[in-house]
Amino acid sequence: MKGIDSMNDDSLTIGGRAFGSRLFVGTGKYKDVEETRLALRASGATVVTVAVRRVDLTQTGKGSMFGMLREEGFTLLPNTAGCYTAEDAIRCARLGREAAETDLVKLEVIGDPKTLFPDTEALVAAARVLVKEGFFVLPYTNDDPIVARKLVEVGCLAVMPLGAPIGSGLGIRNPHNLRILMETVNVPVIVDAGVGTASDAAVAMELGADGVLMNTAIALAKNPVQMATAMRLGVEAGRLAFLAGRMAPRLYANASSPLTGTIASAAAPLSIE
Amino acid sequence: MVEPTQYIAIVVNGEPHEVPAGLSVRALLDHLGLVGLAAVERNRELVRRADHASVIVERGDVFEIVHLVGGG
Repeated sequence: MKGIDSMNDDSLTIGGRAFGSRLFVGTGKYKDVEETRLALRASGATVVTVAVRRVDLTQTGKGSMFGMLREEGFTLLPNTAGCYTAEDAIRCARLGREAAETDLVKLEVIGDPKTLFPDTEALVAAARVLVKEGFFVLPYTNDDPIVARKLVEVGCLAVMPLGAPIGSGLGIRNPHNLRILMETVNVPVIVDAGVGTASDAAVAMELGADGVLMNTAIALAKNPVQMATAMRLGVEAGRLAFLAGRMAPRLYANASSPLTGTIASAAAPLSIE
Repeated sequence: MVEPTQYIAIVVNGEPHEVPAGLSVRALLDHLGLVGLAAVERNRELVRRADHASVIVERGDVFEIVHLVGGG
């Protein structure tokens, strides 16, 4: 029995490496660096994603986001967002490792710009190469248990299935697939993408996810700092509910007060054929 | 007597550039006004930071010079 009261006793471990928080957050789409800082702090996240992009040679000296993330002591998780082939994702991962000085990579190989669904065939191919090069690969994938299994087979230490399309805020669209996926693989599962509000994060954790990764749901909230707090609490609440073990749902009522000794006369039940 | 500087054509982040011949990658970054935070790829191969001082820029090289930005 784990008997935890807080998340402090229950930190996430992936491949033997401890990650402080079960909430991973992105750093994109915020109004400015200061808002990003405050939202990231409020989220309680220890791991934050960053993107690898060409330096704008006409506007140098704008490295304040990177400086802020270093200052705050976040663990950086460079992504390969925007890559549509295994080769580009591999190049991007190598550049990210160099820039962030980390072996962590959030591997994305996107199949289509409108849905941003992953090209899972290319994803597995890229993961295989990067694992061999010593990367700690966290792949963004769909909610397909078979693909998840292949990613684990090529050496991914966790898998990150989407709950809904990136940036959609549609919530957990296929909880049943996610449950099957979690039962299929023996590595941590981090639900990445699709969360829109705190209850979505809680749902993912209640299903048994080991963590949740999100960006847009916080950054595009009217008050990102408040939403970051809500997400932290949503992840914690969902995690605790999962560990506590929910009651079995039932169709009909089951009174919480004693059925005997009431002062009322008996009511006729609905006649149900 | 100072030798006249020779320039070579390279591509940086998709744009043509003329830079003095014989620069190291590190000197190229200085030449472009970039501080040491960038990661560099030359002809689709990563150039590790430890090699920036020793790798010399050649005519026709294609560079990607990237850094970390906000993203999800």
